[in-house]
Amino acid sequence: MASIDLKGVRKVYQGNVTAIHALDLSIADGELVVLVGPSGCGKSTLLRMIAGLETITDGTISIGEDVVNKKEPAERDIAMVFQNYALYPHMSVRQNLEYGLKNRGTPRDEIDRRVNEAARILEITPFLDRKPRQLSGGQRQRVAMGRAIVRQPKAFLFDEPLSNLDAKLRGQMRIEIRRLQRSLKTTSVYVTHDQLEAMTLADRLVVMNGGRIEQVGKPIELYDKPASLFVAGFIGSPPMNLLPIAALQAIAGGTMPNLPTGTDIVGIRPDEVVVGSGEGIALSGTVELIEPVGGESHLYVRVEGLDQTLILVQQGRASVGEADKVDFVLPLAALHGFNKESGLRVD
Amino acid sequence: MDTKRTVFPSQGLPYLLVAPQLIITIIFFIWPAGQAVKSSFEREDPFGLSTSFVGLLHYLRLFQEPDYLASVGRTALFALAVTIISMGLALVLAVAVNRLIRAGTAYSTMLLWPYAVSPVVAGILWWFIFNSSTGILPYMLEFFGLDWNHQLNGTHAMILIIVAASWKQISYNFLFFLAGLQSVPQSLNEAAAIDGAGPFKRFWTIVFPLLSPTTFFLMIVNLNYTMFDTFGVIDATTAGGPNQATNTLVYKVYTDGYIGLNLGSSSAQSVILMLFVIVLTVIQFRYVERRVQY
Repeated sequence: MASIDLKGVRKVYQGNVTAIHALDLSIADGELVVLVGPSGCGKSTLLRMIAGLETITDGTISIGEDVVNKKEPAERDIAMVFQNYALYPHMSVRQNLEYGLKNRGTPRDEIDRRVNEAARILEITPFLDRKPRQLSGGQRQRVAMGRAIVRQPKAFLFDEPLSNLDAKLRGQMRIEIRRLQRSLKTTSVYVTHDQLEAMTLADRLVVMNGGRIEQVGKPIELYDKPASLFVAGFIGSPPMNLLPIAALQAIAGGTMPNLPTGTDIVGIRPDEVVVGSGEGIALSGTVELIEPVGGESHLYVRVEGLDQTLILVQQGRASVGEADKVDFVLPLAALHGFNKESGLRVD
Repeated sequence: MDTKRTVFPSQGLPYLLVAPQLIITIIFFIWPAGQAVKSSFEREDPFGLSTSFVGLLHYLRLFQEPDYLASVGRTALFALAVTIISMGLALVLAVAVNRLIRAGTAYSTMLLWPYAVSPVVAGILWWFIFNSSTGILPYMLEFFGLDWNHQLNGTHAMILIIVAASWKQISYNFLFFLAGLQSVPQSLNEAAAIDGAGPFKRFWTIVFPLLSPTTFFLMIVNLNYTMFDTFGVIDATTAGGPNQATNTLVYKVYTDGYIGLNLGSSSAQSVILMLFVIVLTVIQFRYVERRVQY
């Protein structure tokens, strides 16, 4: 158990390519922090720097009290779950679980106790004598988790551990990881590009873009108050509608609310748009496409005078058909204001 | 596996296309091999006027002949030494090159050159280096009080052909080991590093076991190489001498058959070698073809 502190951490690759720009982040003891962002945003690099698999160009990384910059991965007392699981193919599941403990000279009876305990928790006891290739994707994933928990490390590092599973299994494993992490209370850093996974798992969410942190906070805070255009567009599915004020003003006709100075883009979540009439900016458009998801319907609406298609979410079945006209309102309280130049939120 | 099927316009065309290869194989391999099997059961009179069937006589005599049995032992020593030395050094080189990020290709290319050298030339190269009157190595060995002379000393002669044959085979082994190493996923190494294994331990507990299909394949290929392809090396350096010290099985086939003109015995010897290759090939197909999944 330990906290993880990153201070002014930078990573510059050969050829002067900066992967991580001076970055600060504190992860509290027992917390599950999710790093999320698009491909190439530096989230995996950052995780590998914490693990000791990448060197640190500048700044310090500490795990617990120790600065670990110069320490080998083995000395950092962390465990990592890899995207491809990285199970040792020539060893049985049991040997895979034992490997890290044996290398550290753990006594035999302690090894057996921990391996059996981990196997019980993860329900992989029946497979202990099989080779990894004889297991399904989900089972391999469990073994990879098992290899991490038998070590009882200071921290777990997850590098997109669920991205090789099918959607249903991914949902199940997500819940299991959350449950496991809550009961073990081990500090965890979890990297994913899947914003749904990020939202549901995280105690705190770190949204990264281009080697920088865009915003840190509780998932719901990020959803409710995205600090930048990037976060607004990245968190939430379907994504937030981001509309230029100027175009909106031209079609909505005069009745624009008083927005803070500097606002030139407004955002609104698809599920906050009200179909029909009411208080706010009234618009109308043509339904191009309806995606019935089941519990809700996603309407893609084209509005005369706007470049992009608006997305509306209606609970249950859609009240209109494709190619129909639809009237809707953007309630003022639901609007998020952003500045185009800086890309930041304006309050 | 999805195989691509090609439909030929006429039935004869596919046979026509494989014909050149088949003809070469039949004329230069199958037919001579058949002749060897046939003549290993026959005895020919000194003038080549009559041949008579003698059954297993040549084989039975071979196994009672001390020269032949000594040659079997010698060949085993030679084969094992060359296999171990050339595979061991090749593995070390492959691991070293695999660690390089930029210069890797340049080193690989240079390390492959010895393979392009013909066995005879390789033999002569080492014969020059080891030459007791003009070679550089005996000159240096003299400082250690060692009087190198492979023309007189059987052990020296054996060392010479082992060195020459190994040197030539390292390139081949190196290439396969390098390819094998590159197919071991990097994440396994990283996982083992996090699991507390140092570089040396990682190699022996993770990488080397995963290389085992390559290692086994190379072992078979190397044994085959030492049994057959080393004829040129031996002929160019020691010609089987001194006093039979480097007369391996394949060289003995040649000396008994072509120099001694004892074709019956020579044929029997080559049939035994042929059987040995067949056994090795069967082993290889049975076990090596089972792939290890990563």
